[in-house]
Amino acid sequence: MTEATADERLVRRSLSRGLLARPELGSVVGALAVLLFFSFAADSFLQASSLGTVLYASSTIGIMAVPVALLMIGGEFDLSAGVMVTTSALVSSMFSYQMTANVWVGVGVSLLVTLAIGFFNGFVLTRTKLPSFIITLGTFLMLTGLNLGFTKLISGTVSTKSISDMEGFDSARAVFASHLTIGSVDLQITIVWWLALVAVATWVLLRTRAGNWVFAVGGGAEAARAVGVPVARTKIGLYMAVALCAWISGQHLLLSFDVVQSGEGVGNELLYIIAAVIGGCLMTGGYGSAIGSAVGAFIFGMTSKGIVYAQWNPDWFKFFLGAMLLLATLLNHWVRKRAEAAA
Amino acid sequence: MDGRQVPEEGKESVASVERRLRAVGAIMAAALAATAAGCSSTGGLRAEERAKQAAANGKVVTTPRWTVAMVTHSGAGDTFWDIVQNGAKQAAVKDNINFLYSNSDQSDQQAQLVQAAIDQHVDGLIVTLAKPDAMKAVVAKAERAGIPVITINSGAEESKAFGALTHVGQDETIAGQAVGDALDQRGRKHALCVLHEQGNVGHEQRCAGVKQAFHGTVDNLYVNGTNMPDVQSAIQAKLASDKSVDAVVTLGAPFAATAVKAKQQAGSGAEIDTFDLNAQVAQGLSDGSLGFAVDQQPYLQGYEAVDLLWLYKYNRDGLGGGKPVLTGPQIVTKDDADALRQYTQRGTR
Repeated sequence: MTEATADERLVRRSLSRGLLARPELGSVVGALAVLLFFSFAADSFLQASSLGTVLYASSTIGIMAVPVALLMIGGEFDLSAGVMVTTSALVSSMFSYQMTANVWVGVGVSLLVTLAIGFFNGFVLTRTKLPSFIITLGTFLMLTGLNLGFTKLISGTVSTKSISDMEGFDSARAVFASHLTIGSVDLQITIVWWLALVAVATWVLLRTRAGNWVFAVGGGAEAARAVGVPVARTKIGLYMAVALCAWISGQHLLLSFDVVQSGEGVGNELLYIIAAVIGGCLMTGGYGSAIGSAVGAFIFGMTSKGIVYAQWNPDWFKFFLGAMLLLATLLNHWVRKRAEAAA
Repeated sequence: MDGRQVPEEGKESVASVERRLRAVGAIMAAALAATAAGCSSTGGLRAEERAKQAAANGKVVTTPRWTVAMVTHSGAGDTFWDIVQNGAKQAAVKDNINFLYSNSDQSDQQAQLVQAAIDQHVDGLIVTLAKPDAMKAVVAKAERAGIPVITINSGAEESKAFGALTHVGQDETIAGQAVGDALDQRGRKHALCVLHEQGNVGHEQRCAGVKQAFHGTVDNLYVNGTNMPDVQSAIQAKLASDKSVDAVVTLGAPFAATAVKAKQQAGSGAEIDTFDLNAQVAQGLSDGSLGFAVDQQPYLQGYEAVDLLWLYKYNRDGLGGGKPVLTGPQIVTKDDADALRQYTQRGTR
């Protein structure tokens, strides 16, 4: 009898404590606040069609925010993530076009090239032990130059040639850039990719040994190595995960617009990091979640499109964006403090 | 002791605040008096406000308040797009239109902004097609939603195929050719085309146009347009290393002044010419530091786009006969510069 009551209490407390200790709790509250705010500030914000647009904007950031969050939990940054998306799209498009190959061949080659770049980042990092900031900054600049240089060398202009009339384009587009219409809502397939990636990443983080390794290397690489965690392999794996998602985003970019502009993607890497941080990832590593990164991306999507729906003067756009992000993060921080104190 | 001191201190601080307020008030009154006494009856902010008031009150159309959204590929804080917006706003005031503006230099973001405008059920859309393929799907969507679309500035070739009512802008190749001819007339032999935005198709077309029409040689120089010192040092290095360059063509008005500085530093005798116009360029033309400018009249692009949408909604009118409505190129030299200066200063040329 007494034992049973004790058990019940134990279960209830661990549940509530488990919920409060989740890294994404603060960001969920922040997301609700942003949602409420724009519901009142913008008339057309709560329409179903607007929701589709907001979710699409969130998903394009969110797909990359997932691996970037994992990488940050593992204690590293990737500043090359933004242009890597463009690189991946360029490789795919130019290979298919120049070789007159099936679009899927280009998509496959692009996967290999992008994974190789991710491997390069991870390999150089673990070999040289230099800060990831420096190494990926180098990759970022090199990729920016290569994107433009190769595109002009091969295509003669700064954008690639259209591949929309090539074999395999339609099936590839169905996978990476299709959309389904439910009623008046237009849902892009990237939303499905995004949610699937969040689910997989959450499962890996919380239910597998690899997930434990990620938390361990982010918490303290030396200690992790001492207890037998393969630190180098884990970090290289994380960079390759970023590359994999850059490939998915890149193929979406290419297949939804047929052509790719070589100069794009610069600056997006910061958006991914912002989404991960709002979602509860610590800048120092060892703490965070994939779901949090999704909520962070959703806050970003709501803010960036909400400002348009609210018909605010776009000159102030960046200010509103920054203020919103800061407020969301502060709220996140405050809620987490409260939660920690309560637990 | 403590209890008595606290309110005393409080009283003292209130008194000192009052004193300070009175002093501030006196200074402000003096400043106001000085302003009133030294009032200028012409120009200045007041003249600008009067003009705005007149524009705002002079409502003549009886159509309902339609909403028109303009979505451009501009980066943040670009003078050129300010002028386009000024034109659009002026037309919006005249036509009783609620004018919305948004912009992103990333093509996928620009497409999302157009989608957001469609979600808001705007009555008309104005878009730029600097990266046409990215905009194709979303422009088609706008048409399916029954929203008339006008393209401006870039995308003269794609506009019709995408189903836009018309295109208002300058043909970049023709503009480049106009520059090439002007350089020939001025007896130049070796020109340098300065591209400040890597990846802009319109810029490539301009320099290609110059190359086509010009009988001398043309070199392209890529510079980082967001970093002015870098632009200057790049042009300077090129001019210092190649003395045969006798003309520098910049593709944006803000870069002309930088090119002049670079030329002086390098001790080169090259003539600086530029695409687009602003107050500084007009000044440069009249004092002779610049040779000529090619204007594409951005004010007209914004104004005409809004006005044409109004005409379409009101009267199903269209302009251009299925061809782009050209707003340029217009070669501006020293002779025209003085007349244009007042307009560039108020941000409409």
